[in-house]
Amino acid sequence: MTTESSRVAAAPPRPAAFTPAAADDANLYRRLVLRRQLILAALALALFASLCVDLALGPARFGLDQVIAALFTPGSVEDSLRVILWQIRMPVALMALVVGASLSIAGAQMQTILSNPLASPFTLGISAGASFGAALALAFGVTLVPALVDYAIPLNAFIMAMLTALAIHFLSMRRGVTIETIVLLGIAMVFIFNSLMALIQFFASQQAVSAVVFWTMGSLTKATWPKLGIAFAVLAVVVPLLARHGWALTAMRLGDAKAESLGVKPRALRLEVLIMVSLLAAIAVSFVGTIGFVGLVGPHIARLLLGEDQRFFLPGSALCGALMLSVGSVLSKVIIPGTIIPIGIITSLVGIPFFLFLILNHKKNAW
Amino acid sequence: MVTLTLDRLSARYGRRQILADISTPPLHGGQVVALLGPNAAGKSTLFRRILGLLEGDGEVRITGTSSERPIAYMPQDNGATAVLTVYEAVLLARMQGRRLKVADADLDEVDKALAALGIDTLAGRDIGNLSGGQRQLVGAAQALVQSPDILLLDEPTSALDLHRQISLLGILRRLAQERNMLIIAALHDLGHALRFADQALVIESGRLVDCGPCEQVVTPQMLRRTFQVEARIEPCSQGRPQLIVEAAI
Repeated sequence: MTTESSRVAAAPPRPAAFTPAAADDANLYRRLVLRRQLILAALALALFASLCVDLALGPARFGLDQVIAALFTPGSVEDSLRVILWQIRMPVALMALVVGASLSIAGAQMQTILSNPLASPFTLGISAGASFGAALALAFGVTLVPALVDYAIPLNAFIMAMLTALAIHFLSMRRGVTIETIVLLGIAMVFIFNSLMALIQFFASQQAVSAVVFWTMGSLTKATWPKLGIAFAVLAVVVPLLARHGWALTAMRLGDAKAESLGVKPRALRLEVLIMVSLLAAIAVSFVGTIGFVGLVGPHIARLLLGEDQRFFLPGSALCGALMLSVGSVLSKVIIPGTIIPIGIITSLVGIPFFLFLILNHKKNAW
Repeated sequence: MVTLTLDRLSARYGRRQILADISTPPLHGGQVVALLGPNAAGKSTLFRRILGLLEGDGEVRITGTSSERPIAYMPQDNGATAVLTVYEAVLLARMQGRRLKVADADLDEVDKALAALGIDTLAGRDIGNLSGGQRQLVGAAQALVQSPDILLLDEPTSALDLHRQISLLGILRRLAQERNMLIIAALHDLGHALRFADQALVIESGRLVDCGPCEQVVTPQMLRRTFQVEARIEPCSQGRPQLIVEAAI
């Protein structure tokens, strides 16, 4: 063995493309972080503005000044305004925020852990499972929890959504199942439930078919304070749990091999997160019906604006989803005055062209 | 100083035995160890086994470190489509298992890792838009930023041009000495191994067939037996051993 000095050549000069930058990289990064914080603040402001407009609109229209007064000093406004705002419109308007945030977070994390830009509660069959559960109750009065017959529709929807998610979990734990297979399993679930829905509609009465179709369009008008409380509680529990895995979830987007090399356990994390986001999606869908594309598009908009560092991507997805659904709620009231169009139709009709505009006009990587 | 010893290490995928009975003398910090072997010999599997990603018999003994995660590993696959800048991707490697809040000291470490590898100009670029070679250097930065005592590199130079291969290996060699770090690198270029490595481990069909100072291990006999090539090793004008490959057998 020769001495080290004889073996090691002097370090060669570095090529021009790799010479040190004059700028301080840490400061550039701090500016990037600040920009993202400002974007999050702007989204939160837009969300508050949308919430106020949503509260102002309805059969009785109020001025924004009246809404803000009723929000911050409820004692100073007329009783009728306070009752309409707090008892009737507030649960619906807040439900739009909570459901939008839940669906968007669910989509964001499904896309993250499955490394698939098409993953969402819709494409994994969770929404389809919920629809099937609701349809069982609406068409045939089947209640999966007989003790709670008054809540048959949301409970059926929730149970079927969770069963779908669990079926995907257990199938995905089999040896040799890849993340691509999980997505295919989800698509298979969608087809199975669509066929079952068609079967239900074939045998059900005309009235029941109308009810099923209306439910699958998604509507925020089913919102009440207790439902809102449950949906918010689940969101409030799941978000900190996801945030705790922030760095690991970001690492998942570097691929399983890379994530493993950084100390992440991809399979265990994937299962844990899939269960959490299935719960989020199942609760949201069971209360308001299937609302399309928020779970798919919300995260993509957040990704375009904020990148995929979960410290910004997670709150960004929540804000984008909430904003989409809140704006959708406003549009559902103003497109045909006096009629509230089901929000599921609005989110698809407005959300998708907007999304395509963003994707096609954005120069940066979208995925 | 950190020391790594492998004691009768084995690994399996299902029923298939991939590694068997791999034992090494203590490998000390401050050295570069070349892990050599033909394709599918089990080099990546050995890295994964050392890291604890695969189960199996035997023991990986690490002494002389107080770090909770003394080993950093750079896998072969550095491709990713995540919407992250290079700076974020390297910071991410540093922050695994830590709190969400980033301290200034963490940013300093990222700056140092990028500067050490000469890729600080890439800091603001999206990782999805990098060339293969640039990704490989980012992968090396992700491993270095963890301030490891032991660095495992799986073919770190496979996507680099010749200049950057020499440059990267020179940088790694210097860092090993400066930081008393043990670097084990799977290398296909035996000339690089002769030039930059102190020790060599040779793996064939999941078994360790040779281990020792690089110049004693990389011999015409080993090249014929393990790599099926006729080759000779001659000193160059500066006295360094040079590998001259004549033909595949």
